[in-house]
Amino acid sequence: MNISVELFEKNMNVKGIIKGEIDAFTAPVLRENLLDISLKENILIELDLTDVSYMDSTGLGVFVGIYKSVNALNGQLKLTGLSSRLKRLFDITGLVEIMDIQTREEVMIDETV
Amino acid sequence: MKPFDYVEIRVPAKTQYVSVARLTISGLANRVGFTYDDIEDLKLAASEAITNAVQHAYSADEDGEVVIGCALYKEKMEIMVTDHGKSFNFEETKAKIGPYHNLEEASILREGGLGIYLIETLMDEVKIHHEEGVTVFMTKHVGIKQVDQNVEHLTS
Repeated sequence: MNISVELFEKNMNVKGIIKGEIDAFTAPVLRENLLDISLKENILIELDLTDVSYMDSTGLGVFVGIYKSVNALNGQLKLTGLSSRLKRLFDITGLVEIMDIQTREEVMIDETV
Repeated sequence: MKPFDYVEIRVPAKTQYVSVARLTISGLANRVGFTYDDIEDLKLAASEAITNAVQHAYSADEDGEVVIGCALYKEKMEIMVTDHGKSFNFEETKAKIGPYHNLEEASILREGGLGIYLIETLMDEVKIHHEEGVTVFMTKHVGIKQVDQNVEHLTS
């Protein structure tokens, strides 16, 4: 089982594409990769989770972690392309109320507009 | 004849085996006849319990094992995860966890500790035993709502 993280930095914006399964084994790898982002005031980070097929609370921990760091710098963290399963995790934990999350369906509607 | 089939998975207490156990549980849940969403719930709940066992119960240099017992009934599945190692206080942990609330300051969002909360949300019944380490028992019933009563389940 593997995870891959690709990051593209451009000015104040960072776009990341995460693929694979996020669990106790891969979450530390994900965290380490995301720590490579140089955090600046008002930073905008968008992470595409379209190809994340599985995630549990260890993954939530990683995203809450960067959300806190980014938020402290008045920046924004956006997670996109979530499957209904991933969305469910954010729903159950109430994180959906706090974090900026977009499901696969919402992404597709955006693209057709 | 026993009313259930019993399958036991024993893995080293290392994070790389959590996914192995998860996939096995997925296969077993499929045998029982759970829906796709219920199977995903079972995978998630079991992963959380196994992750807890791996991370909390063993110090990094100790070679421990996690035992996952699965009882497969006609219309339910019971999963037991035990670490047989150093225990963590479930009640104490449980008291600190729960859903995040809108009003909560982002700075006090808690990382981790959500595992037990998720298990309780995703499973029908959850019990914890504190003898010789920690054992988590969890049960999930095949959803009556989702099952078409007229469809006969194939038993193979």
